[in-house]
Formats: sequence, C-alpha cells, structure tokens
Amino acid sequence: MSFNLETFLFYSLAVLAVFSAIMMITRRSPINSALFLILNFFTTSGIYLLLRAQFIAIIQVLVYMGAIMVLFLFVIMLLNLGDEKSLKEVLGYKKITALLLSLLLMSLLGFTVFAGFYGKFDKISENAINIGTAEALGKELTTTYSLPFELASFLLIAGIIGAVVLAKKRFE
Amino acid sequence: MIELNHYLLLSAILFSLGVIGVLIRRNAIIIFMCIELMLNAVNLSLVGFSSFLGNVNGQIFVFIVLTVAAAEAAIGLAIIIALFRNKDTINIDEINILKW
Repeated sequence: MSFNLETFLFYSLAVLAVFSAIMMITRRSPINSALFLILNFFTTSGIYLLLRAQFIAIIQVLVYMGAIMVLFLFVIMLLNLGDEKSLKEVLGYKKITALLLSLLLMSLLGFTVFAGFYGKFDKISENAINIGTAEALGKELTTTYSLPFELASFLLIAGIIGAVVLAKKRFE
Repeated sequence: MIELNHYLLLSAILFSLGVIGVLIRRNAIIIFMCIELMLNAVNLSLVGFSSFLGNVNGQIFVFIVLTVAAAEAAIGLAIIIALFRNKDTINIDEINILKW
C-alpha cells in the first residue's frame, strides 16, 4: 500500500475520533466530557472534508460545535454539578453486562459493515467534489426537498417555543 | 485510497461507544451528549455513502438530522434544567418516578 496524505489524514483523524469518544464516556467531570465531545466533532468535520463534503463540514463546526456544544457547556456551568463517582466504584454486574452487550454490538455492527462493503466501493465518486458544495446542496434543498426544508423550520420554531416554556419559572 | 468500509467501520465504532456511554453513565447531561455522539456517527456513514455513490441525497439527510439534533438539544437541555429545579439532581438513578 503506497503512502499518501489522504490515507495518513484518515487514520490519524479516525484514531483521534475514537480516542476522544472513549475519553468522553469515561471522564468524571461533565465539562471534560463536553470538551472531548467537541474534539470528536472536530475530527468528524475533518473526515467530512476528506469525503469532499465541504458544506456539511462547515455546518458541523458552526452548528454542532458553535451552537449545540456551547449550549451544553452553558447548562453544565449553570447547574454547577460536582464530579461523578469514578466509574470503578459504580461498576456493578448491570454495568458490566451492558458493557459486554455493547461490545458485542460494536463487533457485530463493525464486522457487518466492514465485510459487507469490502471492495464494493473502492474510491470516492468523481462527482463528489461537485455535490458537496453549498450551491449544489442549496439547489437540491429548495427544489426537490423544499417540503422537508420548510418542515424543518417548523420543527425549529417548535423547539424554540418548547425550550422557553419548559425553562420558564413555574407560575403557581 | 481509503475504501467506504473504513468510514463505515469508524461510524460503527463511534455509534457503539455512544451506546456504551448511554448505558453506563448516570449523569443525564452526559447521556444526552452520548446521544449526540450517536447521531454524529450516523451522519458520518450517510456522508460516506453520499460521497462514494456520487449522490446528493445523503447530505440532505445529514442536513435534516442536524436540524433535529439542534431542536433536540434545546428541548432536552430545557427538560434537564426543569428537572434540576424540581429535584436538585440530574442523576437518573434518583429520577425514577416513571419507573414501574
């Protein structure tokens, strides 16, 4: 296998993504978890760029890291939670069963997709560079997918109103 | 050249790590972040298929999933704040009044 930059970037980003995901689910403090999740989103954004999906990569940075994770950090800081007990202290038989079943899920899912698509798609489509742009996606969103696009705006309105109503102080 | 199945394997691993996080953590906010991790893993496989097939539909899906994730994060965090205000905890072992 010849060395090239794309392979190198993919493997380093993949290792970083898995590492940050593992760190995220094992850290005791919620702030550390949130920061590792941001790192994970950042590596995923890099992988989107490798897949020539430039618009999605930018949206990932703006929406996920810029909006959603900032909201998470705000809430964590507002609630001012202490650290949880370390995982070793709370690891009962239920947790160990859950862990083993999830590892089984990981191996089954991983094996299925890895072996099932082995050698089927060996290179990124020539067309990929054209469909990942804001222009192409925007055209598709406002023509073929205009109904889902409008419905998404209703969903966001419902989300805004719901969040305000839920977070408001009780009247009684 | 990286094949599609490498991207799918990475996506499967990240998804399963999200499942592990949901099952073993007790802090509601961290469980919520693990759900975001799972959504993100699925997005990765959608973009992978989109690029390898040269078809734009996968990326439209990702766009819609992002919208849902944003709305979900706003509502979910509001629910967590309301819970914390009423119960003074977000440990899900102590929030079990709906448990049968």
